This record gives sequence, C-alpha cells and structure tokens, in this order.
Amino acid sequence: MGPGDGDMRVRARGLMNLRAVLAPIAAGMCVMAAAAAVLVPTLGSDAEDDGPGRGGPSSPAATHRAYGPGAAPASPALATCTEQNAAESLRPSPDDGAAVERIKEKGQLVVGVDQNTYRWGYRDPATGKLEGFDIDLARAIAEDILGPDAKVVFKAVPTNQRMPALRKRSVDMVVRTMTINCARKEQVAFSTSYFQAGQQVLAPKTSKIKAFDDSLRGKRVCTAAGSTGESELAAQRHGAQVLTVPNQLDCLVRLQLGEADAVVTDNALAAAQAAQDPAVELKGKPFTDESYGVAMNKDDTDLVRRVNKVLDDYRGDGGADSPWMRAYRKWLRADMPGISGPPSPEYSD
Amino acid sequence: MSSVSTSSVPAPASGRRPAWAEGLDELRAAATTEPGRLRVIGAVLALLVVLFGAVTAWQISDRAAAADDVVERSQPLTADAASIYRSLADADTTAAGGFLAGGEESRATRERYGADIATAAELLTKASQSTRGSDGAGAQIARLSRQLPRYTGLVETARANNRQGLPLGGAYLRYANEQMRTELLPAARALYDAETDRLAADYDEAKARPWFALAAGVLAIGALGWAQRRHYRRTNRVFNRGLLAATAASVAVLLWLVAGHTVARTGLTASYEHGARSLRVLNEARIDALQARGDENLTLVARGAVLTEGQQDFYEAGFRSGMKDLAGPGDHGAAAAKSRLGAALALADDEAGRGPVRDALTHVRQWQARHAEARTADDKGDYDRALAKVIGADGSTGESFDRVAAGLQKALVHEQAEFRSAADDGRGALGGLPVGAGVLAALAAVGAVLGIGRRLAEYR
Repeated sequence: MGPGDGDMRVRARGLMNLRAVLAPIAAGMCVMAAAAAVLVPTLGSDAEDDGPGRGGPSSPAATHRAYGPGAAPASPALATCTEQNAAESLRPSPDDGAAVERIKEKGQLVVGVDQNTYRWGYRDPATGKLEGFDIDLARAIAEDILGPDAKVVFKAVPTNQRMPALRKRSVDMVVRTMTINCARKEQVAFSTSYFQAGQQVLAPKTSKIKAFDDSLRGKRVCTAAGSTGESELAAQRHGAQVLTVPNQLDCLVRLQLGEADAVVTDNALAAAQAAQDPAVELKGKPFTDESYGVAMNKDDTDLVRRVNKVLDDYRGDGGADSPWMRAYRKWLRADMPGISGPPSPEYSD
Repeated sequence: MSSVSTSSVPAPASGRRPAWAEGLDELRAAATTEPGRLRVIGAVLALLVVLFGAVTAWQISDRAAAADDVVERSQPLTADAASIYRSLADADTTAAGGFLAGGEESRATRERYGADIATAAELLTKASQSTRGSDGAGAQIARLSRQLPRYTGLVETARANNRQGLPLGGAYLRYANEQMRTELLPAARALYDAETDRLAADYDEAKARPWFALAAGVLAIGALGWAQRRHYRRTNRVFNRGLLAATAASVAVLLWLVAGHTVARTGLTASYEHGARSLRVLNEARIDALQARGDENLTLVARGAVLTEGQQDFYEAGFRSGMKDLAGPGDHGAAAAKSRLGAALALADDEAGRGPVRDALTHVRQWQARHAEARTADDKGDYDRALAKVIGADGSTGESFDRVAAGLQKALVHEQAEFRSAADDGRGALGGLPVGAGVLAALAAVGAVLGIGRRLAEYR
C-alpha cells in the first residue's frame, strides 16, 4: 500500500477541525434541518417513491419524541445536505423502535452485502462462507439487536440495486462499501461513517503512472460503469482513454491481460484488487473523500440510531483492542497499512 | 429440297471452299434421292438417341454426385459444425459448473471440459481441411481457431485464482464466458449456418429436375415416331423392328429417368423434411439448453456482479431467455409451437422421434421448477441450498439439465438415422441410371441404324 492512507487520515482530521469551528452554526442548522425533515416528511424529494413501508407505527414523530429535549421543534428550514455535512447521522440510541421491533419479530436481520469484494464482502470459494470487514460489521449489528448467535441473512445486492432494495425493504440494511453522499441521502438513511475512503489509481508496480494526474495521458484507464471513478474520469480524463466494465474487479482482469494500463476505483476496492495481485499497487493519494456508511430505509430512524450505537461500541476507544481495529487488522491492514483508528462519528442532532 | 437440288451442281473450281460446305453440298445431293434421305434420317435418329443417353447420363451423374455430397459431405460437415458449436457451449457450461464446486472440482467435470475442448479443436482441424478456401466457413474456422486458445487461457486463469480463494477467479470466468458468448459461439453459429447453406445448395442441386435430359428424350422419341410414320406411309409396313426397338429403349430410358429422379427427389425431400430440418431444430434446442445451463451456473458465480440495462441479473435474464427459446414463455404444460421443442415435436414424423422430445420437455419443466426453488433459496440468502439445488447430485437442476440433454441426444440420433435412410433411398434411386441410360441409348442407336439399314437394303 502506498503512503496515501496516512494522509487520508490527516485530511479527514483537518476536515474535523474545520467542522469544530463551524460546529455551533452547523449544529443549529442541523437541528432545524432534522426537525424540518421530521415534521415535513413530504419535503423529501423521494416521498412519492417510497414503498408501502412508510408511515404506520414507525411514524417519525414517535421516534422523535424520545429525543424531544435535544431537538426542540424548530421553524421549517431547508435541510441542505452539503459535501461537508453529508457524513452526519442521528445520535446513537439503544432503544427499540418500530424497525428494531420488526427485526426482532422476524428473528433475523436481512443484510444486503457484496459477494465479490475481497477482504470486504466475499464468498470464499474454499469454504463457501461469506467473509470480510463488512460481513463482520453486519454480524456485530445483528448480535446487538438479536443477541448472540443471531440469525443473519446475507443477500447479494449489486451496486446499483442497493437503494432500490432498501426502499422495497427486501433488505433491512446494506453494508456494502457504500459511500455516503447527498444524492443517496435523498433516498436512504445512513449510519455514521465506519470507514474513510477515496478514489485512487491502481497500476502495475513497474508502471510510470504516478497518480491521478497527467501521467495517465495516452493510457487506457479502466473503471466500473456507474461508479464514482467513471464520473471523476468524465470530469477530468487527464488525456486517458477510458474503458468501462460492469464490475470494478473486471478492471483487474483487463489490467492483467494488458487491455488496460490503470484502474480508477476507490482505495478500499483498489486495495482488495492489490491483495489479489502482488504485481500491482495503489498509486499517489486518494483524490476524493468518501465515507462508508451502513445504509437503511429512510423511515427506520430508530434502526439508524441503533446502528450508530453499535458503531460506537465497535469503534470503542479507537485503541488497538477495539473491535474496529481488530477487524481492520484481520481484513485490511495487509493491503491498507497505516490506518491508526476508525473515523470519528459526526451527528446532525 | 427440289429447289436445292437444281442449284447443287458441284462447282468445278471449288478447291477453296471449306470442308463443311462441301459436306453440306454432298448431303444436299444425297437428300435428292430416297436412299440418301434415309441415310440422313438414320444418322439424325442415331444422333438424337445418343444425345438423349448422354445428356441423361450427364445430368443424373450430377444429381447423384450432389446427392452423394448431401449424404457423404455436407451433412456430416453440418453435423461436425453442430458438434463444434455444442462442444464449445458445453465447455463453457462445464467450466462454470466446475468453478461453482470450488476447490472440489470433480475429475468428471475436468475431463468433460477437456474432452469438449479437444473435440472442438479436432473438428476445427477437420473442418478446415474439407472447407473450400473461398467460402464463409473458412473465415469462421480461422476465427474460432484464433479465439479458442485465448478462451482456454482465461478459464485456466480463472481456475488458478479460484483455487487460491480469490474472487478474481470469478471475474476471469465471467470474462471467459463473455468471450465465448460474443466471439466463439457467434463464429460457431456462423460456421454452422455456412455448412447448412452448403447442405441446402447440395440438396437443391440434387433435386433440380433434369430438364435437358427430358427434352432430349422427348425429342428423340418424337423423331423415332415421325420416322416410323413416314416409313408406314411410304411402304405400308406397320413395323420396322429396328426402329421399334430403338423407340422401346428410348421410352425405357425416359421412364427410368422420370421415375428414378422422382423417387430420388422424394427420398431427398423426406431426408430434408424429417432429417435435416429436425436435426437443425434439435441442435439449436441443445445449444439453448446448454446456454441456459451456463447462465444458471454463472448466476451463482457472478453473484449479482453484472446487470442488464433493465437492472436485472444479466445471467438470470439469459437463463430465462434461453428457456423461452427452448420451450416458450410459460413454465409448465406443452411447449409453445414456435419454441425449439415445439418445432421439433411438429417436425418429428413418428413416435420414436416425438418420444425423446417429449421427455426433454418434461425435464425442462422440472428444471424450471427446480431453478425457481434455487433462486428462491439464493434470494433468501441461503447460498448453500441454492448451490446444492443447482450443482448437487439428486434433485438438482443439473440433473434435470442432463436429462434434457439426454432426451435431445436420443432424438438427434433418431433423426440422424431417419435422415440417412431417407437420403440413402433417394440416392439409391439414381444408382445405375447413368450407365443404364448410356447402354440403352447405344442399343437404341444401333436399333435405329439397323432399322433404317433394312429399308436401305431394299434399294440395292
């Protein structure tokens, strides 16, 4: 792994400092925004798209009452999501709301996962078992809600089916290297960030490609269709020829076959590729900021708080013995060394 | 004639005139007398009869050769092209199935894959030897020979990665499948189509009516009839044995020609209708079944990594479309008339042909039901159960697929035999006709000459 990851942490912290300065203003805004979102649910642009699961006992007002003192009713204000506050989520709570009750009644947690991303969520062909950082996190969430030996049903969800699956409630949550952003937050709810990632370039160790810069000129760069990498390349190609494939891992195939010179994908996925081919490495630094979050149905606010509570426990004190660090060492450190702790949670209320 | 005779006094200084003109003059001179006319008539009759025999022998030899080509060359080549097509599709399906079994890929699976690739490679070599340089088949054979090693390379890389437990193996297998689906199978299909076109051309050639021979026969018999009528008018004798024998021999050749070729046509038509067409539909059904099976395996390999534009799983959509081609849009009951199995049932002309197709259909329905169970299990997150339902030993979709393939294979063997026997009957009807026509025509010519000679003798 390149030196990029340490920098990534530094950058993330820098962002935190800025946020601390703006905290009072931001907090006020966010309280108002949250209240507005809660009180005026139809404001959400996706309101009409939501499935039959909306409303009923999980009505936001009921959940909101538990947090009454903290979030005073405010005058309706625009809930503006910006790149800076996108990673903010609801404060943690161990209380059972409608969504948590529903899961307990079913006796199982249905989690949308990836089955193809090495180290994150993949099915080991030898054992047939799903493994990875995301899988461990999903198990931790299930155990918190359903107790030890909780039944977790893992469903393979393709990248562009993550949000439809949540909105149709065919899954309770998606833990699948999913980047938190404002566009997605219009349709689904996210937990706090559980991993800090960013787009990065992957190329053979001997390649002259240095980073996401003009060293890509004239090269064939592979990226997954519909990915952040594709839109970044559309905005700035650096003179490269872009090759799109259905899945990010297909890029490593093309790279090994000499049909592509470099891959642009986020560094967590790129590291998963590097873990499968010792002849390639991550180049330069991540050139975007992406926080991974657990995605849930927008109505399941109690579940969001519950997951944030689990994430709090998972992060622990951020020390070497915290579950997060243990999972990091188990799955990611070999290919993404230099990460000293989990990203800090940010809250909107 | 008489006007000619007045002006036909040989010119004394005619040394410069061409030989044929002199011959013509002699003929004209000869035609002025009855013996001369009889000589000309005898020569013309003999010529017409020999011409009839020759044209018949020539046209029927052509058709017999085309019929031989149908049976000995183009149909086997079509069958070989179908085998190449099937071997490739089977290799791809087997590779995906073995992949699903992970590190425990069975010996049988590996051997089946190896045998498929070996069969395809051998048949490609064979096809390239028997192909004529300029036709479309040559280009497809070259394309297949180029792509096959590349494909096997991708599959081996997929295996190596899979054995190490790397998801990269799945990506390689999907890429190999993409090569198979976008390069190899279309080329194999084009080769099959080229061979089928050649088969159809050979059929057309063998079945073309021998118009020249028929016309020559009618002309020869007509001329013999005219000569006998003339003979009767001039001599009041009813029979001239020589001319009568010539007429009988010519009529025999004409009847043999019409009957022989009609029987041959009927046989060849039957071999096409009941054999070649059935074989084509059954081969296509087998390819559909193989591709549906490959897609079913890949649904579990890809695990949702590839989607169609309509956001459906690419391979599951492929499975459904394969099943639709095979048995129609539904998932129970009889096959749709336009589906492959529906067409195969309609084309089969006896119970021995329909039985295996019906068996195949029964197992297609069973396969669809089991597939639905596997999908349900997979959608519920029960991957192990889905896997067992697809590649397990008992009660799996793999078992159903094997039975479908076995039913189609049985139907193919039956239709191949039907084809062969009908085609053999057809081309058997032409056997001996060229030689027979030649001998009879020679006899007829001799008869005509003798018959005229006998009349001629009366003038000496």
